[in-house]
Amino acid sequence: MAAGETLAIVGESGCGKTMTALALMRLLPEGAEVAAGAVRLEGRNLLALSERAVEDLRGSRIAMVFQEPLTALNPVMTVGAQIAEAVARHRGLGRRAAWAAAVEALGRVRMPDPAARARAFPHELSGGMRQRAVIAMALVNRPRVILADEPTTALDVTIQAQILGLVAGLQAELGTALVLITHDLGVVAEVADRVIVMYSGRKVEEAAVVGLFDAPLHPYTRGLMGAVPRGRGGARLADIPGTVPAPAALPAGCAFAPRCPLATARCRAARPPLTAPRPGHLVACWECGP
Amino acid sequence: MRRALASPSLVAGTAIALAIVLLALLAPLVATHEVAAMDMRNRFALPSAAHWLGTDNFGRDLWSRMVAGARISLAIALATTAGAAAIGTAVGLVAGYFGGWVDLLLMRITDIFLGFPAIVLALALVAVLGPGVTNVALSLVVVLWTEYARVVRAATLVLREQTYVSAARALGASPARILLREILPNAAGPIIVLASLGLGTAVIAESALAFLGFGLPPPAPTWGWTLAYGTGFMREAPWLSIVSGAAIMLTVLGFNLLGDGLRDLLDPRQLTRAAGASKRN
Repeated sequence: MAAGETLAIVGESGCGKTMTALALMRLLPEGAEVAAGAVRLEGRNLLALSERAVEDLRGSRIAMVFQEPLTALNPVMTVGAQIAEAVARHRGLGRRAAWAAAVEALGRVRMPDPAARARAFPHELSGGMRQRAVIAMALVNRPRVILADEPTTALDVTIQAQILGLVAGLQAELGTALVLITHDLGVVAEVADRVIVMYSGRKVEEAAVVGLFDAPLHPYTRGLMGAVPRGRGGARLADIPGTVPAPAALPAGCAFAPRCPLATARCRAARPPLTAPRPGHLVACWECGP
Repeated sequence: MRRALASPSLVAGTAIALAIVLLALLAPLVATHEVAAMDMRNRFALPSAAHWLGTDNFGRDLWSRMVAGARISLAIALATTAGAAAIGTAVGLVAGYFGGWVDLLLMRITDIFLGFPAIVLALALVAVLGPGVTNVALSLVVVLWTEYARVVRAATLVLREQTYVSAARALGASPARILLREILPNAAGPIIVLASLGLGTAVIAESALAFLGFGLPPPAPTWGWTLAYGTGFMREAPWLSIVSGAAIMLTVLGFNLLGDGLRDLLDPRQLTRAAGASKRN
């Protein structure tokens, strides 16, 4: 990813989006492991670093915005103290300077009356303000990459637009790269530069946002697009029959084959590799490739 | 605050506990006689204006001895509870957060301590260490810390899965910082409740040791020993045992009511789960 770029990762519930984000932060829960590959940040492989070294990077070079702002904030600490803690941890500032930085960060996310709000506990804030606080916490040390895991899902639609606009503005201002995890294709079209479509823990398609929306290749992507409500008219929404297979019961071939309208014997037998039918547009499918 | 005042057990418990703590703090002022002053002509005096609660077999004023005994009991109970809570909380936090073999090891050690009948273990320890306030408190810490360890471990198991703990890790917080800043403050409710109930337990345990002759040695005016030697004079001076027994009962009742009230006041759901995990004996 380049500085300032926005990469969206989309897919339905249970397809591994959140796990991908946690893997990038090296925060996978016990029992989950990264089987292969590398996470490179500014030339360093996060997977090869010691726990201590990763702790130094988390919150300073790479940060995360969680889905539910209420549960992502410690209920017994004021939001200012929580942000100041992140500042003190990485910049070694004193108590007063860290607090000032926290108030400044709250101001940057357009929290009304930041100095007073910094002394508020999470339950005293509205949902939108909480998410602003969470974003302030992630941004306060000006990380190179921010992972946002469905940052607007828990918010009202009107607040969603505000928060997305805010994130886009701050991203441009700070030159931060953003990995946006979402299941909302409307959000993707609005803010993303590049899109990765995930299905059952694997990348099935990757393209620039324009290319993907103009000409989706993978049948799963097309299914997702068909399920987006658009415009007027009472046309019934198309759905994709079935659900994502459990990781323990993956089919032998393409994981999407059981739900795919184009599936053939080859799909059920072997997993399709990622190919590039068009420059910059990757897809893993036997039937829709070149 | 209104919710606190609406709980009768919390109000009653606080009042009783506060009264006894005040008596203990002001013991030298509210005592009417020298604690050790004997008056052989006034043995077994009935309660009167001069001796509010009567005198014992040496003519010593029982009221003065009771308030002095409150000092001993409360001092030992406080030290014991603080020590047990500190050790148990540390063990519970570490075991619950790190899990795996650390958890396994610490919890099996806890089980070993739980396996001994508490009072027998405390008796043995005092017998080895010798009498004295510090040694009595120390032996009680050894038998009482396990409950805190189990409750705090149970709370930690729940709390470590909270998103804000992941969020703190995503901001670069070390395990020590997460334990002290994220998990411990959120586990404070159960610890406070357990500690207030634990004060009662400690008073009983200290009195039991004293009753069996393993507390502070006479002439220290412990409630437990007064109760014990009072039984020898049930005919002549039944008030010796009755008053000292009542002092123990009232104190324990106060702390228990306080703890129950606090439990109802603080998150009840989390506490019932934690208490379920700590069922003992």
